[in-house]
Amino acid sequence: MCFAILLQIGIFTFPIFGQEDLLELLGEETPSFLTAATFKSTRIINSQSIENSAKGVLDIKIQHRFSSLDRGVSEFFGLDGATIRIGADYGLTNRLMTGIGRSSLDKAVDGFLKYKVLRQRSGKNAMPLSVSLFGAIEIKTTKFADETRPNYFSSRLYYSFQILLARKFSDGLSIQLMPTLLHRNLVGTNIEKNDVYSLGIGLRQKISKRTSINIEYFYNPKNQLAKEFVDPLSIGFDIETGGHVFQLHFTNATAMIYKGFLGETKDTWEKGQIHFGFNISRVFTLVKPKMLE
Amino acid sequence: MKRIYVVLFSVFVIASGNSQKYFSKNAIVRFHSESKVEKIEALNTTASTVFDKSTGKVEFAALNNAFVFEKALMQEHFNENYMESTKYPKTIFKGKVLDADKLDLTKPGVSKVTVEGDMTMHGVTKPVTAMGQITVDAKGVHVESKFKVKCSDFNIEIPSVVKNSISNDIDVSVKIDYNLLNK
Repeated sequence: MCFAILLQIGIFTFPIFGQEDLLELLGEETPSFLTAATFKSTRIINSQSIENSAKGVLDIKIQHRFSSLDRGVSEFFGLDGATIRIGADYGLTNRLMTGIGRSSLDKAVDGFLKYKVLRQRSGKNAMPLSVSLFGAIEIKTTKFADETRPNYFSSRLYYSFQILLARKFSDGLSIQLMPTLLHRNLVGTNIEKNDVYSLGIGLRQKISKRTSINIEYFYNPKNQLAKEFVDPLSIGFDIETGGHVFQLHFTNATAMIYKGFLGETKDTWEKGQIHFGFNISRVFTLVKPKMLE
Repeated sequence: MKRIYVVLFSVFVIASGNSQKYFSKNAIVRFHSESKVEKIEALNTTASTVFDKSTGKVEFAALNNAFVFEKALMQEHFNENYMESTKYPKTIFKGKVLDADKLDLTKPGVSKVTVEGDMTMHGVTKPVTAMGQITVDAKGVHVESKFKVKCSDFNIEIPSVVKNSISNDIDVSVKIDYNLLNK
């Protein structure tokens, strides 16, 4: 108020000091900037990233993981074999996203919801990091291993929950932490746990305006999984063109859903059991922003 | 004492008569570019502007990340790759309305004006000239202007892969409903 009066006096009585910055007369507040593009895609590699499909945007995803490189020339370094996931993501609001998918591995169907709780922003009301909640149901539809014993539909179900904590530290570097819980209704043996707790880390480093290196690793504390299963580690390269994002990567996981890559990754980097793979994403705007109508 | 008041008052009145400032905080900026492949349109309804009728000076500022695009991905590309909005958050114009002293904003009517000044965008400042139309009616003072901007003038690089789908020439239109400042 006092400022307004001073301003008024300044303007009305001393027009001679008219050299001031005119826009400052509006007393503009520092604007608030939502941090954009912490990751380029809604996936880091296998895992979800902090990004959502915008409201009304349909994102069709084709994901491939080939067989391992160590199969050599006769198998064309793994390119002869492949597992695939075809999925569709959709932004219900700018904060809530849903998605469905079908994987060739385990003939699995998956559906998920992801909600942005906090969004990193600078300026007014600054917020140091973004936080999202993620939950998925995955259904394995292949025949039961033992068809003679009583089998229930619930035994086919897997649930995964994640808290995504992400921060874009600079224009180039983004890091995401992912405390994760995988719940399996049915496990193979007594020593395997129904609940698997895991901590994931994802990293994006831009190397040019439209390309970046991505790394994703999940640490599974011991004594939760059967002995043959290992931690999934993936290293990827994102290329962005107009409406597409191409994600190319090397990984020891062949599954593209949580129950698979988190709990059933057998191959190891040390033995050269590395799989080449890619995610291709194409977005379609189904609903235009309201303001433009 | 009374006399002093009278003098002060008249100074006040004369001064305020000379200094008619108009402002808007929700000026509309629209841009449009078209190539054979892609039509790009964006809208910003939160630009700020102040026009000082007495000096003819006009200033304009628009936040780059307040532009809304039809496609969310375009909006992200616009901010991240083309405008680099974290580095250069605002596009600013500072200039002058030519022959502002001949304008009468107290009577209803339409007048054509020319605005000259400097536009600062993407860290580059370039002179810009635009034709505009000022309409005065019962509701206030309204301004409309159209001009062209070249991406290459402002070091906004269009990569060769998308050269065919993104035009270097951008049509900009501005619409302002001015209010008297400190009325």
